[in-house]
Amino acid sequence: MRSYLDFERPLADLEQKLHELREYSTDSVDFSGEIKKLEKKATKLREEIFSNLTRWQRTQLARHPERPHTLDYIEKVFTDWFELHGDRNFRDDPALVCGFARLDGEPVAIIGHQKGRDTKAKVHRNFGMPNPEGYRKALRVMQMAEQFDIPVFTFVDTPGAYPGIGAEERGQAEAIARNLREMAALTVPVIVTITGEGGSGGALAIAVGNKVLMMQYSVYSVISPEGCTAILWSDGTRGPEAAEALKLTAADINELKFVIDEVIPEPAGGAHNDPAAAAEMIKAVLKNQLAELQKLTKDELVEQRYQKFRAMSMVEE
Amino acid sequence: MAWFNRRSKPPISAKESKKVQVPEGVWTKCKNCDEIIYSKEIERNLNVCPKCDYHFRISARNRISLVLDEGSFVEMDAGMESVDFLEFKDSKKYKDRIKTAVAKANGGDAIVCGEGTIEGLPVVVGVFDFGFMGGSMGSVVGEKITRAIERGHEMKKPVLIFSSSGGARMQESILSLMQMAKSSAALAKLKAAGIPFLSILTDPTTGGVTASFAMLGDLNIAEPKALIGFAGPRVIEQTIRQKLPEGFQRSEYLLEHGMVDMIVRRPEMKARLSQILHILTKS
Ligand SMILES: [Zn+2]
Repeated sequence: MRSYLDFERPLADLEQKLHELREYSTDSVDFSGEIKKLEKKATKLREEIFSNLTRWQRTQLARHPERPHTLDYIEKVFTDWFELHGDRNFRDDPALVCGFARLDGEPVAIIGHQKGRDTKAKVHRNFGMPNPEGYRKALRVMQMAEQFDIPVFTFVDTPGAYPGIGAEERGQAEAIARNLREMAALTVPVIVTITGEGGSGGALAIAVGNKVLMMQYSVYSVISPEGCTAILWSDGTRGPEAAEALKLTAADINELKFVIDEVIPEPAGGAHNDPAAAAEMIKAVLKNQLAELQKLTKDELVEQRYQKFRAMSMVEE
Repeated sequence: MAWFNRRSKPPISAKESKKVQVPEGVWTKCKNCDEIIYSKEIERNLNVCPKCDYHFRISARNRISLVLDEGSFVEMDAGMESVDFLEFKDSKKYKDRIKTAVAKANGGDAIVCGEGTIEGLPVVVGVFDFGFMGGSMGSVVGEKITRAIERGHEMKKPVLIFSSSGGARMQESILSLMQMAKSSAALAKLKAAGIPFLSILTDPTTGGVTASFAMLGDLNIAEPKALIGFAGPRVIEQTIRQKLPEGFQRSEYLLEHGMVDMIVRRPEMKARLSQILHILTKS
C-alpha cells in the first residue's frame, strides 16, 4: 500500500482504481480505453495539486515517507558502488553512508545522509540524523577522494545533526565545524545535491560544494519550521507559518541567486511518484556539472568554492 | 520572582536610602549562587561573582577594554547593519527587531570587530554582544567575522574571537546558515598561512556559532561555567526524554571531554592570551 500525504489524498482513489484495472487487463478483457481516461484525469488532478503547493506542503513532500533516499539514488545513478564504514575512532554511523562508485565510468566518491523506510530501518538509520562519528567518517572519505584525485558527490537529506548526550560529549559541533573548514580546502570537485530535507548545520556539514543543487521539492533551512515556531512563537504547532517565513523551498532559495546553482526538476507528482525518472534527471545534471568543474585546476576549484560562499551575505553599509 | 523582588530592596538601610536616590540595579542577584550582591562590587570584580566565581555576561566594549591594551582598539566595519531581505515576520517583524536592537546598542549588530594590541602584540579581534538579539549570527556577523579573519591573514596578525551567541539568526534563514561555511572557509586559509586563531568561548555559545568558527580555534579557551554546546539543553531533553547529567555542556564538562584546551578566569584572561600568542608567534 502506498502512503499519501493529506493533499495527495484525492489522487489515492484514482491511482488505486488504475492499479486494479491494469491488474485485471488480459488479452480477452480490454480496459485500455477506461485506463486512458483515468490516466488523463489523474495527470490533470496531479498537475492541479502540485501547481499550488504551499511551502509547508513542499516541506512535507521533502519528508515524504516514499521519497527516494541516498542509497536509492546511488543504485540508479551510479555503478560499481561499494560502501566504506567507520570513522576509525568510535564507530560506524549508519545515518551517513560513504563510499566509491562510477558515474558513467568515471570514478567518484559519494557521501550522503540515509533515512530508513520501515520502523526498524528508521531507528537503525537514526532518522537520518548523524552523530559526530558520521561527519568524521564523511571527512575521512572526502579526504581520501582528494588523495586519489576523485570528485566528490554529496546527497543531503537530514532533519539535522542528532541532538543527544553522546553526540555533545563526542563533539557534534566540532565535527560539523571541522567539515566546513576542511571541505572548503578540498582540491577536487565537490557537487552537492539537496535531495530531501536540508536541515541546518547537520546538512551543511556535507554541503560545502563548488556546485550546490536542490531538487524541486527539497527544502534547505537554518532551522526546521517546527523548531523555528517553538522558539519564535513559543508554540511548536505553527509549522506552516514558519515554513512561509523561512522561505525554505528550492524555488525560494534559487531566487537569492547566489546560494544554489540549479534546481533539478522532479517528475510529475514528485520524485517518489517515479524514482527512476527522478534519478535520470539527477544523473543528467550531475554529469553536466562535473564536466564543467573538470575544466578547473586544483587551485581554481578551491578558489571558486571560496568565492562562492564568500559572496553569501546581504548587509547594509 | 516575588521572593527576589522583596529581598532585592531591603538590604539598603533606611538612613542610606534617604541620602541617595537608589537607582535600579544597585543590587544584583547572581544567577548561579542566588546571592544578592552590591552591583558595584561585581563590576569592580570584572563582572565575576565574588561569592561563587560565576562569570556574568558582559558587553563587547567592556570585554575589549579588559583584553586589549588601553587605547589600542581601532574598530572595523562599525557601520555595517542587517537587512530584512526575506521580510521575515514571526510574532514581530524582523525589521522592527533590528530597529529596536540597533537603537538599544547605538548602532552595529551582534559583534564588534577591530584591531588592537595585547601586551604590545598586534591582533585582530571579534567580540560578540549577547545583548544584541542573543548574539545571533546573520549576514552582518558572518561578514564581519570573515573580514576580520581575512584582515588577520593579510596583515599576518593572530585572530581572536570571543563568542557569546545563541547561534544562527533564524530571521535570515538560509543565509544565516551560510555564514557558518563562509567564516570556516576563511579559517582554512588562515590555518594554511600558519597564523594563530584563538577561540574564546563565553556564556553562552551554542548552535551554529559553536558548529563553525568557535570550535575551530588552534586553541579553544573557555570562561568558567559557560554553557557551550551544539544543541540547546531543552532540545536535547525533549529528544531523549531523559534528565541531563550534572554540569552537562558547561566549560568544565567540555574540558573533561576534550573539547576545550583550558578554562581561564576573566581576571587572568589577558595575561594568558598574551603568553599563548607570544609563544605561538615566537615573539
Ligand atoms: Zn554567585
